[in-house]
Amino acid sequence: MRAQMKVNKLDNKVLLKNATVVDPLKESQSIADILLVEGKIAEIGRIRDLDAITTIDCSGLTLTHGFCDLHVHFRDPGNGDKETLESGSMSALAGGFTRVCTMPNTQPTVDNPESINYIIEKSKPLPVHIHPIGSVTKGQHGAELSEMGLMHQAGAVAFSDDGLPVQNGLVMRKALEYSKMFGLPIINHAEDECLRAEGLMNEGRVSTRLGLVGNPSIAESIMVFRDLKLAELTGARLHIPHVSTADSVKYINEMKNAYDKITAEVTPHHLFYNDEYLEDYNTNLKVAPPIRDPLSREALIKGIKNGTIDCIATDHAPHTAHDKETTFDLATCGLIGLESCFGVVKKILADEEGLSLIDIIKLLTISPRKIMGFDNNLLEIGKEAELVIFDDEERWTFQEKNIESKSKNSPFINQELSGRVKYTISSGQIATTL
Amino acid sequence: MFDHKHFLGLENFPREDIQKIIDTAFEFKEVLNRPIKKVPSLQGVTIVNLFFENSTRTRISFELAQKRLSADTVNFSASTSSLKKGESFKDTAQNIEAMKIDAVVMRHPAPGSSKHLTEFIDAKVVNAGDGTHEHPTQAILDMMSIQEKFGKIKDLNIAIIGDINHSRVARSNMYGLISMGANVTVCGPANLIPENISDLGVKVNYDIDEVIEWADAVNILRIQRERMGIGLVPSNREYRRLFGVTSERINRRKKELAIMHPGPMNRGVEIDSEVADSDQAIILDQVLNGVASRMSILYLLLGVKDESANEG
Amino acid sequence: MNKNKQILTSSDISRKIIRIGHEIVENYSDISRIVLLGIHNRGVPIAQRLKKFMKNLTDIDVPMGSLDITFHRDDFRERLTMPEIKGTDINFNLDEKIVVLVDDVLFSGRTVRAALDEINSFGRPSIVALAVLIDRGHREVPIRADFVGKNIPTNDGEHVEVKLKESDNDEGVFLIFGDG
Repeated sequence: MRAQMKVNKLDNKVLLKNATVVDPLKESQSIADILLVEGKIAEIGRIRDLDAITTIDCSGLTLTHGFCDLHVHFRDPGNGDKETLESGSMSALAGGFTRVCTMPNTQPTVDNPESINYIIEKSKPLPVHIHPIGSVTKGQHGAELSEMGLMHQAGAVAFSDDGLPVQNGLVMRKALEYSKMFGLPIINHAEDECLRAEGLMNEGRVSTRLGLVGNPSIAESIMVFRDLKLAELTGARLHIPHVSTADSVKYINEMKNAYDKITAEVTPHHLFYNDEYLEDYNTNLKVAPPIRDPLSREALIKGIKNGTIDCIATDHAPHTAHDKETTFDLATCGLIGLESCFGVVKKILADEEGLSLIDIIKLLTISPRKIMGFDNNLLEIGKEAELVIFDDEERWTFQEKNIESKSKNSPFINQELSGRVKYTISSGQIATTL
Repeated sequence: MFDHKHFLGLENFPREDIQKIIDTAFEFKEVLNRPIKKVPSLQGVTIVNLFFENSTRTRISFELAQKRLSADTVNFSASTSSLKKGESFKDTAQNIEAMKIDAVVMRHPAPGSSKHLTEFIDAKVVNAGDGTHEHPTQAILDMMSIQEKFGKIKDLNIAIIGDINHSRVARSNMYGLISMGANVTVCGPANLIPENISDLGVKVNYDIDEVIEWADAVNILRIQRERMGIGLVPSNREYRRLFGVTSERINRRKKELAIMHPGPMNRGVEIDSEVADSDQAIILDQVLNGVASRMSILYLLLGVKDESANEG
Repeated sequence: MNKNKQILTSSDISRKIIRIGHEIVENYSDISRIVLLGIHNRGVPIAQRLKKFMKNLTDIDVPMGSLDITFHRDDFRERLTMPEIKGTDINFNLDEKIVVLVDDVLFSGRTVRAALDEINSFGRPSIVALAVLIDRGHREVPIRADFVGKNIPTNDGEHVEVKLKESDNDEGVFLIFGDG
C-alpha cells in the first residue's frame, strides 16, 4: 500500500488551535494556541480566531518539541536503494522527528570533511535537520584515527564507527583523548568481536532451543566497561549506543556516580521485544546488539526510570527486502524505527510502565538535544517552528502504509501501538500523517 | 661552582648552573664570529661521538664545537640492529674507553642509556639525546636563543607545540624553562600529551590560536607520523589546521613572536614556509647557538681539572 | 703580619698613564694604525684612559677593544676554580695594525702570552707592543713590556695590588706582604 503522509510548505500564517502544549524544558503544560508566521513561532497563548488563515484544530492533541533522534542510518552516500537523505527525512517526519544525526557507515565511510560537507549541503533543502556523525577511524578499519578535527570544523556532531566496535583498546583510548579537544562524544558500538564471534541472536535459553549460535551479553557489557573506564581515564565524553544488557546498565550507573561525561541511549525495539519473539526466526528482529532476554529488558526499563539511560534513539537501519528475505544466518542486521518509535515507546514506558507523558517526551526531545548540544528552547517567540503534534491516546495498528522509508524491514508491522503522530512541523514544512 | 661530572639532563639541574652555561655560551659565540674561530682550551682532550641513532646535524654541531675548542674528536656511528640490548652496549662502551678518552657524547634510542653509560665507563658523558627522555644540549641552545632575543628567560611566556609525549626536546625544555622561571604552555594533539604533564609545572592548552596570542616565543616540534605507530595524527592537513603555525595565524598577531624549531622542519605541516623564512624566525640563530652552547658545555665539563681527583 | 705599603697614589697613576701615552705617540710615526687592546680586568680602564689622553693629545680617536684571555690560558688542566669570563670585544680587524696590549701588572708573562695567542684569531698585526702600569719581574716566559709605568721588584710571598676608581672603591698601587 502506498504511503499516506503528505508534506506541504507551511502557509504564511498558520494557527494551531487549542493544543495541549507541553514544554519539556520548562516542564509546563497548558492548553494554548500557537501562531506561526513564515514558519516561525509568532505567538503562544489564547489567540482570537483570525479570519482567512489556515487553522489546524489541535483539540485533544498534544503539541511539543519535534523529536530528535541521535542515531539513524540513512545509507547516503552509497546505498540509495535502501535509503537516501530524502527518503530518510520523510521517514523521520512520519515519526514526528524534526532533527536527526546520521551514522557514518556509508559507502564510502564518512571519515573526512568533504563527506561531512556532502551531507550538510545535500540536506540543506530537506525539511528535517540532519547532522552528520563522523567516523572514529579511517574507513572504520579500527586502526588509524580519522580527521576528527577537520570533520568537527565542517559540522560533525560526534564520532562513531557504529556498526563496528573500536576493537583495539589503545585506538579507543587515543580516540577519546583526541576527541577531548573538540568536546564531542565518541559513540562506540560496544560488542567485543572475539566474544561475539559468529553469534546471531542473544545467547540464552532461546538460542539453545533454536540452534542458533549465541551472542552473549558479556560481549557488550565487557566493552561498555572498558569504554567507561577509558573515558574516565582520559576525561573525554562517551555516549553509549543501543544499551541492551543488564550489566551495561549497572556499569553505566556506577560510572555516572564518579564521572559526569557519560550518556547512554536505548532503542524502542530493545524496550518492546525479548528474545522469545525470535522463535519464528523473524529476520526483522535480527539486530546488533541482539534482542535480549526478559530480565535484560526489565533492567533497561529500570535504567530509564532511574536516569541511567538518558534518551531514546531508534538506530533506524534500513535494509532491502533482498537483505532480509533470506535465512536467519545470512540476513543483514538491523530494522527501521523512525515511524514506529513514538507509538512503541508510549505503549511500553507510559501505558505499561507508568512513566508520565512528559517523561516520554523528554526522552525524545530535550535529552538527545542536550547530549548533542542542540537548542532546547524551542517553544519561544521568534524560533523556527520545530514541533510535533500527536494524539497520545490513539491506539492504532502499525502497517506498511505507515512507512515512509524506502525500506520496509520493521518487526512492528501489525503490532498495536499507542500514541500517534498527526503533524510534524519543521523547516517551514508540515507533514500530515492522519 | 660548576660541580658536574656529566651532562645528562636538565631535570633538577640548578638554575645558576644553567645560567652559567648560557653565559659562557655567549662568550663562545663571540669566538665563532672571529676570523679564526679557534681557542686552545681543550687541546689534548679526546672526545668520542658515539651515535647509535642517525643524526647529521647534532653530530656535526658537536664536532664543530669540539674542533673549535682544539679537542681531538672521534666519531662512532653504530646501528642498533647490530647490537643486542644491554650486553653489547657495555662492551662497546668499555672498548672505547680502553683507548684512553676523556669524554663521550652519546645519542641512543633508549631512555636512560646515557645514565647507563656512566655506570660502565669513567670518562665524562654528555647526553646528545637518549630516546624520548632528554636532549639537554638542545634545551640549552633554545634557552640561549630566547635570552639572546629577549634579554632574559624569567617570566617569559614560552609555548612548546607538537608531539610532547615522544619528544626529548620538549622534556628538556620544560625542565630547563621552568627552572629558569619561564611560564610554559604545551600545545598539541590531546592524544600526544601525557595525562599528568602539568605535574612538571606546565599548562596545557589545545587551542593553538590562544597559545600563539599568549606566547612570547613558540618552540615548534617536528611531527613524525611514521614514529607514532597507530596513526595518532589523522593527516598532515588536519595537523596543520589544528596546530600548524601558519602565516595566517602569525599575521593575526599584533606583537612580534619569536619562532623556534629544532629542525629538521616539515614545511607546510607544523610550520608554514613563509613563517620559517620570516624575520621572526630565529631558527638559524639556534643553529649557531647550538655550536656555542655545546662548546660551553664541553668547556665547563672538561676545561677544569676533576675536583674529585685532587683529594689530599 | 700585614705591612702593606702604598707605592703609587691616584695622581701618581694618572701621571704614569700620561707619560705612557706620550711615549706611545712618540714611538710610532703612523699614529692612525694604532689600536689599544685592554686585557681584562684592569687593563681595560687603563686602556680607556690612554685612549682619552691620546685623543686630547693628537685629536685622533684610537680604536679600543678588550681581551678576555680565559679560553687561551695554558693552565686549564691544573687550575681548580672556574675563571670568570668577562668577554672579548674586538670589532675591527687587526691586519696591519699597531696593537698596543694594555694591562695593569706584568708578572709571569703568561697572561700576555695568552693574549698574543688570542689576537692571532683577529688578524695579523704589523706590530704588537705591550704597555703595563707595573712590572713586578719574575717572568716565566720570554715576554717584555715596551712601555712601563713603574718597576716594582717583588719577593716570594709579596703581591702587587692595583686599585682603580673605575672598578674599586679606592685608587692606588699597593705592595702586599703575606697572603694578599
